[in-house]
Amino acid sequence: MTRDYLLLILSGIPMTVAVTVVALAAGMLLGFPIMLMRNAPWAPLRLMTTVFIAIVRSVPPVVWVFLVFFGVGADLVDLNPFTAAIISFGLISAVNMAEIYRGGLVAIAAGQHEAAMALNLSRWHHFRDVTVPQMFIVSLPAIATYSVGLLKDTAIASTIGLQDLTFQGRYVTEMTYKGLEALSVVGAAYILLSLPIAWLSRNLGELLKRRIAR
Amino acid sequence: MMKLWMNTEWEMIRSWLPQLWDGLVLNLQLTLITLLLGIPLGLLWAVTVRARNRPVRYATLFLVEIGRGAPALVLLQFMYSGLPQGGLVLSSMTSAIVALVWSTGAYTSEIIRGGLESVPQGQREASEALNLSVGDTFRYVILPQGFWVAVPALMGFAILVFQGTSLCFAIGLPEILAQANDIGATTFRYFPAYTITGIAFAGICIPASILVGWLEHKVATRLRS
Repeated sequence: MTRDYLLLILSGIPMTVAVTVVALAAGMLLGFPIMLMRNAPWAPLRLMTTVFIAIVRSVPPVVWVFLVFFGVGADLVDLNPFTAAIISFGLISAVNMAEIYRGGLVAIAAGQHEAAMALNLSRWHHFRDVTVPQMFIVSLPAIATYSVGLLKDTAIASTIGLQDLTFQGRYVTEMTYKGLEALSVVGAAYILLSLPIAWLSRNLGELLKRRIAR
Repeated sequence: MMKLWMNTEWEMIRSWLPQLWDGLVLNLQLTLITLLLGIPLGLLWAVTVRARNRPVRYATLFLVEIGRGAPALVLLQFMYSGLPQGGLVLSSMTSAIVALVWSTGAYTSEIIRGGLESVPQGQREASEALNLSVGDTFRYVILPQGFWVAVPALMGFAILVFQGTSLCFAIGLPEILAQANDIGATTFRYFPAYTITGIAFAGICIPASILVGWLEHKVATRLRS
C-alpha cells in the first residue's frame, strides 16, 4: 500500500475523534439530569426514566443510528451524517453515563454524608460541594472505560457515510482491493487511539484515591 | 411523530412481519453459534494467556488485544473484504461467524479469567495437599467455582453479542436490519421499519437483562454464604 493511501486512511482519525469527544461530552452533560430523574423521589418519574434507560440500552447502536439518520433525517429535518451520529451516540452515552454516575453516587462513603449533616450544610450545599464532586471523581475510571467502547462504536457511523477511520479504510479497500493491509491499518489505528484512554482508566483509580476522602 | 409514522397502517406493518421475522431468526442463530464457539475459545484463551510458554502467551495476548481493541464492524469487514486479498473468500455468514467468535472469545477470556482468579488460593493449596494433578485441580476444583462466578457477566455479554449481530448487514447478511433497510427502500417508510426492528431488539434484550440482573443477585448471595 502506498503512502498516499495510508495517509488517506489516517485522514479519517479527526472525524472519529470528533464524534467520540462530542458524543461523550453530550453524554456527560445529559447523563447528569437523567441520573437525577432516575433517583427522583417521585415514583412515576423514576419508573419512566428506568424504562427510558432500558429502551435506549437494549436497542443496538446501529439501529439508533439508522433510525435517526434515515428515519428522522429522511423527510422531517435535514440531518447530515455527523449530526445524526452525534444525536445517536450522544443519546446512548447519556443513559450509560447516568448509570455510571448512579454507581458513583452509591460509592461515596456514608461518613461523608454524616459529616455534611454534622456540619449543618444545607441540602443544596451538601449536594453541590460534597456529593457531586466526589461522585464525579469516583466515576472517572468507569467513564474512561466507557469512552474506549464509544470510540469503537463510532465506527458504526461509517455506514451512514460519516467519513471516519472505518469509512476511509473501506474506501481504500474498494479502490485498491488491498483490504488486508487497509483494514489492518484501521484496526491498529483504533487500538492505538484507545491505548492512552485504557492506560488512564487503569491508573486513574490509583491517582484519584488520594483525592477523595474516605 | 405522525409525520414520521407516515400514516403507516397496522395492516402494512403486518405484511412486513414475516420478512423481519426471517431476519430476526438469523440474528438469533448467529448469536447461538457465536456463543457456542466463542465461549469455549474464551475459556481456552483465559488459560493460555497465563501459560508458562512465552510464544503461546504472547500469541494469545495479541489475538485477545485485537479482538477487544478493534471495532466489531472492522473485524467483520476484514473477514469479508480483507481476506480475499490473501486468496481466502468467505461467505457473509462464515465471515460473520469468524469475526464475532473472535471478538466474543477475546471479551469472554477476560470475563472467565476474572472468574478463575476469584477462586481463593486456599483451594489450590488444598488440591495440592490432596495430591490432585494440575489437570484435575483445574477441571474439578478451579473451573466449577470460577465459571459460576463468571456466568452472569457472560450472560450480560451474550446480550451484547445479540445486539452486535445487527452489524452484519454491512457485509450483506440478510439479518433483521438488512430486512428493515429493504423495506425502507421499497416503501420509503424508514422510520416505522426501524422502529419495529428496535422493538424486536428491546422485546428480547429487556427481559434478558432483567434475568441477568436477577442471576447476578443470586450469584452474589451464593458467594456471600
